[in-house]
Amino acid sequence: MASSRTNGRTSPPGTKPSVVLVTGVSKFLGGNLAARLAADPDIDRVLGVDTVPPPRDLLRRMGRAEFVRADIRNPLIAKVISGASVDTVVHASLSSTPGSSGGRTAMKEMNVIGTMQLLAACQKAPSVRRVVLKSTTAVYGSSPRDPALFDEAMTPKELPSGGYAKDAAEIEGYLRGFGRRRPDVSVTVLRFSNFIGPRIDTVLTGYFMLPVIPTVLGYDARVQLLHEEDGLAVLERAATQELPGVYNVAADGVLLLSQAIRRAGKIAVGVPSAAVGPVGRILRGARVVDFSPEQMRFLNFGRVVDTARLKEDFGFAPRWTTAQAFDDYVRGRALRPVLGAERLASAERGVLSLARLLH
Amino acid sequence: MPEARVIPLHADENGSRTRWKLGAGSGARRNRSSGPPAEPITHPSAVREPEPESAPDPAAWEVGLEQLLTFARRRLSGDYTVDEFGYDRDLADSVLLPAVRPLYRKWFRVETIGMHNVPDAGGALIVANHSGTLPLDALMTTVALHDDHPRHRQLRLLGADLMFKLPIVGELARKNGATLACMPDAERLMDSGELVGVYPEGFKGIGKPFRDRYKLQRFGRGGFVSAALRTGVPIIPCSIVGAEETYPKIGDIAPLARLIGAPYFPVTPLFPLLGPLGAIPLPSKWYIEFGEPIRTDQHDPADADDPMLVFNLTDQVRETIQHTLYRLLSQRRNVFLG
Repeated sequence: MASSRTNGRTSPPGTKPSVVLVTGVSKFLGGNLAARLAADPDIDRVLGVDTVPPPRDLLRRMGRAEFVRADIRNPLIAKVISGASVDTVVHASLSSTPGSSGGRTAMKEMNVIGTMQLLAACQKAPSVRRVVLKSTTAVYGSSPRDPALFDEAMTPKELPSGGYAKDAAEIEGYLRGFGRRRPDVSVTVLRFSNFIGPRIDTVLTGYFMLPVIPTVLGYDARVQLLHEEDGLAVLERAATQELPGVYNVAADGVLLLSQAIRRAGKIAVGVPSAAVGPVGRILRGARVVDFSPEQMRFLNFGRVVDTARLKEDFGFAPRWTTAQAFDDYVRGRALRPVLGAERLASAERGVLSLARLLH
Repeated sequence: MPEARVIPLHADENGSRTRWKLGAGSGARRNRSSGPPAEPITHPSAVREPEPESAPDPAAWEVGLEQLLTFARRRLSGDYTVDEFGYDRDLADSVLLPAVRPLYRKWFRVETIGMHNVPDAGGALIVANHSGTLPLDALMTTVALHDDHPRHRQLRLLGADLMFKLPIVGELARKNGATLACMPDAERLMDSGELVGVYPEGFKGIGKPFRDRYKLQRFGRGGFVSAALRTGVPIIPCSIVGAEETYPKIGDIAPLARLIGAPYFPVTPLFPLLGPLGAIPLPSKWYIEFGEPIRTDQHDPADADDPMLVFNLTDQVRETIQHTLYRLLSQRRNVFLG
């Protein structure tokens, strides 16, 4: 990948950027990344771009970061980049949920066309030295023919047929093209696994809040998560240091889906594979959980990635393991367990005393 | 779990061979060929959970119940660890292995030979013949290495993708330590010092007609040899006698197999004639012999890309297994009595 090249024109590795542009600041990751960067006195300006303004508390946290209400699909974004002589672009606006972005067509347009427009603007702007993309491990797909762990060099067994994963795969392709055309720009692609945590809102955080949790009968997906704070720290590190390349970003360890559901104190209900599609559609229609087909495949077969490059080359070790991150989410959201630890303990005591009585 | 204690009655003529017989449920299990009695040893990668049935003292029924309840609570609250491949040691040791152990001890009365050829620690690749219509041989090899190896090694099987496509089967296979038979997984497991089991014949071996019993099929493309060369772990040929007779496949209804997407639809003397009863395997007497390890660390890891060397090693492993099968078969007097 072209990103492995560095050029004399760029500043030496490790230098801080002076003007950063962050897309998708109305969402948790983009907004909080802008807030973190704004808190860094070495950075002169932080521009946050989104089509909708961030919620008020997020906007307050963003401090001196400037919010620019702009659509990255509009060529106007080129004016923003060149006008402020942006040197670092963090593209964190990839949406995975068609529901919240106004349908699948709008989501695809925002993801793919938006990225193309943004990259076109970056290519024209000589000030840009670094581009960071928030991608996803969904680009590896999810199938029973997968190896247990994906590393960065692997390609999916079946190309993602649609949805978020396909968008991300296409966007990565455009970014590779951009890297070839602008070899002086350092390009970092971060493939994040599913986020979890007390504050972030994702499909998974909604899923585990259901009172009874539908799973695919006869399958137990291996789930690898990433704590939201680790995700932010990785984005911040990528924005402030020169670390070109593709990196899988995920926490250590895995949970089985059934195990995660038990840790949340919820009850799983197995749905036969044939009925999974209709059940997902019903839940989506009722606006309970915004399941996309590739997320249902993920909950069917799971996915685990190898994070050796993240630790060795990128120099970051996640602070939370998958289980710790999940437990933090369960505590932080104060999920009401159906089968809590206390209830289990009292049931255990009850059985023991009953047995002693009968003996 | 019945108390199936095994005591060796006599070692066979060649010193390496230890016979296992079912004895009265008194003496402790001892392995003559490996010297002192096997002590419970902590596994290098994970601490072994005490098995619930390892406290059979009837006076301590309360302790047993308490252990069972602790286990149930641990399971229900999700308080256990699963590795990246989905291996659930807690479940495998406490539920899955005990479930197939009676089959191993009472039904097939499996005798293991040459267990000293399996290293006590570190990665190794066990290559075995595949037979019997259903992969019972894989399960029995897992139990053999767990129960009869002095270090109670866990076999990590490499399975076909079809297995992971199937509901329940794929789930249990992963929980029991299996993973997809592909180069990255095999190398990752061997690199981390695991004992990896592979059946290179695949469906050709397990689904071959009964008349071809104990005739080894083609050994894939030798991928297992390249993986072993790249990681430098020894290859241990493993010959399994007895599995061929569990479900003698005397016919194959190909259209039905195509319909359900299976590689074959077997006809055995009992299946589909007796319906679900046909799923009962015939109680053949089994021998599992682990042969002399074939070292791969003398070769350069780059030799994994030398097709000639890979073919030669593949043939060597195949020949070893085939000859051992013939030898074991010539020593066997009766399919069911051994």
